Amino acid sequence: MINSNDMNSECDPAGGMVLDNEIKELNAVAQEIEKVARSLGLDFFPVYFEVCPAEALYTFGAYGMPVRFTHWSFGKAFHRLKTQYDLNLSRIYELVINSNPSYAFLLEGNKLIQNKLVIGHVYAHVDFFKNNRYFKNTPRDMVERMAAHAQQIRNYELQYGQYTVEKTIDAVFSIQEHVDPRSHIGRRKLDEKEKKLTKKSNPISSVYEDLWSMAEKEAEVEITKKVEYEDLLLYLIEHAPSLQEWQRDVVSMIRDESLYFYPQMETKIINEGWATFWHSRIMREIGIEDGETIDAAIMHSQVVQPSRGALNPYYLGVKIWEALDKKYDRATLFDVREAENDVSFIRNYLDKEIIEELNLFNFRKMGAQWQVTDTAWKKVRDNLAQQLVRGGNPTIVVCDGDYGDKGGLLLRHCHEGLDLDLKYLEKTLAYVQYLWGKPAYLETIMDNRKLIFECQNGQVTKTQQQD
Amino acid sequence: MFVKDGVIVNHDDWGLHRKGYLDQSRHKEKVQEAIKQQLGDLIVDESIILSDGKKALKIPMRSLEEFRFKYDFNKRQHTGQSNQKVKPGDVLGKDSAEKGPGSGSGAGEEPGIDIYEAEITYEDLAAILFEQLKLPNLDDKKRPLISHERPEFNDVRKKGLTANIDKKRTLLESIKRQARNLVKTDELKITPEDLRYKTWETRPSYETNAVILAMMDTSGSMGQFEKYIARTFFFWMVRFLRTKYGNVTIRFLSHHTEAKEVTEEEFFTKAESGGTRCSSVYQLALDIIEKEYPPQHYNIYPIHFTDGDNISSDSNRALALMTKLVEISRVVGYGEILRTHYSSTLMSTLKRITDPKLRLVTIKDRSEVYLALKKVFS
Repeated sequence: MINSNDMNSECDPAGGMVLDNEIKELNAVAQEIEKVARSLGLDFFPVYFEVCPAEALYTFGAYGMPVRFTHWSFGKAFHRLKTQYDLNLSRIYELVINSNPSYAFLLEGNKLIQNKLVIGHVYAHVDFFKNNRYFKNTPRDMVERMAAHAQQIRNYELQYGQYTVEKTIDAVFSIQEHVDPRSHIGRRKLDEKEKKLTKKSNPISSVYEDLWSMAEKEAEVEITKKVEYEDLLLYLIEHAPSLQEWQRDVVSMIRDESLYFYPQMETKIINEGWATFWHSRIMREIGIEDGETIDAAIMHSQVVQPSRGALNPYYLGVKIWEALDKKYDRATLFDVREAENDVSFIRNYLDKEIIEELNLFNFRKMGAQWQVTDTAWKKVRDNLAQQLVRGGNPTIVVCDGDYGDKGGLLLRHCHEGLDLDLKYLEKTLAYVQYLWGKPAYLETIMDNRKLIFECQNGQVTKTQQQD
Repeated sequence: MFVKDGVIVNHDDWGLHRKGYLDQSRHKEKVQEAIKQQLGDLIVDESIILSDGKKALKIPMRSLEEFRFKYDFNKRQHTGQSNQKVKPGDVLGKDSAEKGPGSGSGAGEEPGIDIYEAEITYEDLAAILFEQLKLPNLDDKKRPLISHERPEFNDVRKKGLTANIDKKRTLLESIKRQARNLVKTDELKITPEDLRYKTWETRPSYETNAVILAMMDTSGSMGQFEKYIARTFFFWMVRFLRTKYGNVTIRFLSHHTEAKEVTEEEFFTKAESGGTRCSSVYQLALDIIEKEYPPQHYNIYPIHFTDGDNISSDSNRALALMTKLVEISRVVGYGEILRTHYSSTLMSTLKRITDPKLRLVTIKDRSEVYLALKKVFS
């Protein structure tokens, strides 16, 4: 039987409360590091640190936010993270929220020296959030917004039932990556101008104004039929024929959260590399006591150690930053952190030396074996960059909201040489159909054949298309 | 988060932060649901039946994957890292059921194949299965002899488990204490000595008396498959009865052309040969009931499994005896294991008995054992 006492002793083996003195000391350290970080040129929002036990930290890790709505997939993630921590397999030392002011959570039980390193790391992350252009449109009050979403979804659960709401969230989650984080670029402004132009050329009396606005609406419908939408969620919000109002609201909330997390997904290597690069420099500046040197070195090397076979984003990222630091001045480094995301960072700065030093290679499945296919640096670089496009998600666009003149939804997978996973495709299409309410279709290429998948009432069938 | 001037590090009490655990339990619930959906296949699994439940089973829970549009992991080219030089053509490893070796892609984000492997033991499986089974038509008026344990909350103490706190009494104690100490305040403070806990005693709760007559055809026509199905049914039946009901009596009878009573071990292991005469075992059952279990004192449940390949001259006699059995029993189960689509003559003969106490089941496929259990014991 578990009671709260057991839980406490489990998460804090030292068994002690964090002493006020310790917090005071940490506070002084954080203020010192803040000064050092500023003097080195980092530019960040104010950061508040919160020391919290493993339970809380791993909850934030699983949910991505201190307060977020309820869903079993977060519980699954939490269980996985917490188990790894309990078995001493991995450890999250900190978690930082992109907001203004920023919040960072430190693991209770971190040694002071570990916290020094972590705090430096955090300031560099916040500098990245504040200045990298991919974060320019992320709302900086997302902590409050997501808490409001959680409350709103809770209300829907009370009104419509937990499982009904869960079913909707399950479906929306399956396509949550399919939003358009660049929607602010281009098209919209042009549309505004066009509207003005048409208005000027057609002076209208107020009596008939409503007729004109009707015409405009029709024109909009025309556009939605022709233009390919990258933002599946927005399309559903605006056009799904049978979604209820509350469901539309749920889609819209999840879309907001997805857009908020999107740039983090696109800048993992560059951002972790940046933070790791700076924490070691900050540590050099503040100076560490003799007894701490080893602890600091051990922790730094744990963070950057290459995991077996897989790529460690901290390691790869910091290697590129170190190489850039040797070649260019600091001002250039700050420009790079402002302008690049993972794809462009890898494409522009991952060079021959680093690839050879890290023994990077391409591999694929040949028959039943996994084989190395390439070690040529350009091929490795390009493959890695390609894997990171759209955070590793395929591009799916909406082609038609009235397919077959029966109100079907036609999606198209923009095939760029990689086939989709068949089983996942079928299951996800069923979710799309659930949200759309009428049949849903997906056009893709599999084994060089052009296929259209059709989903009606949860049943998926496929037909081959003639070119 | 409340932050004072100049203070940028804070430490709050997060002891009540349980959100992760709440959603984790919903996830667990979904795992259980998935197990329930697969129950029909799981309970006939050899490794469970043969190992006598000591081995844990690993079952992939596909329904708990988080589906989305994603690239085919096996078809795409990945980038990996090695601690030594590699050259094209080097083999990194063979394909295991799960995923390739350097499964991490660029950002270490590719989760590979997301099968949620749930490990369940015999006990888990039994608990889920038994939850749905019961002895049907139990008559309470029969002599109380079998007991099963039941916790009863009937005491309040100062020490106990936090989950069992008695809120009302605790508040009362707190009010009383403040009144005693002449504290005049609207705020009610609860101190450790105010706490009161509910505790329980385990009491035997008496249930009515029951006897189960397990009857199995061991004739030559019962092949590997038929025997396996019948034994699987009885395997779960015996465990279910012993887990849920205190001292229910189970008698084992086997028959070909003649019937005899056997030990439990013999019942589950021995095979014989010869023809089939079902009336023999019905007669034996009736004899045992007459001698030892008077129907006015006992809930009687005869359960018979056969392949239905009965000597045709025996049909009328079997029908007459079965009618008698149905009369004196609470429920009679008759199971026929058939791999063809024909119904046997015995089955069609027994169908003439219209009493709902006779429950007829036909098993054509392994997964139907579960349905048969549910039909007989519900």
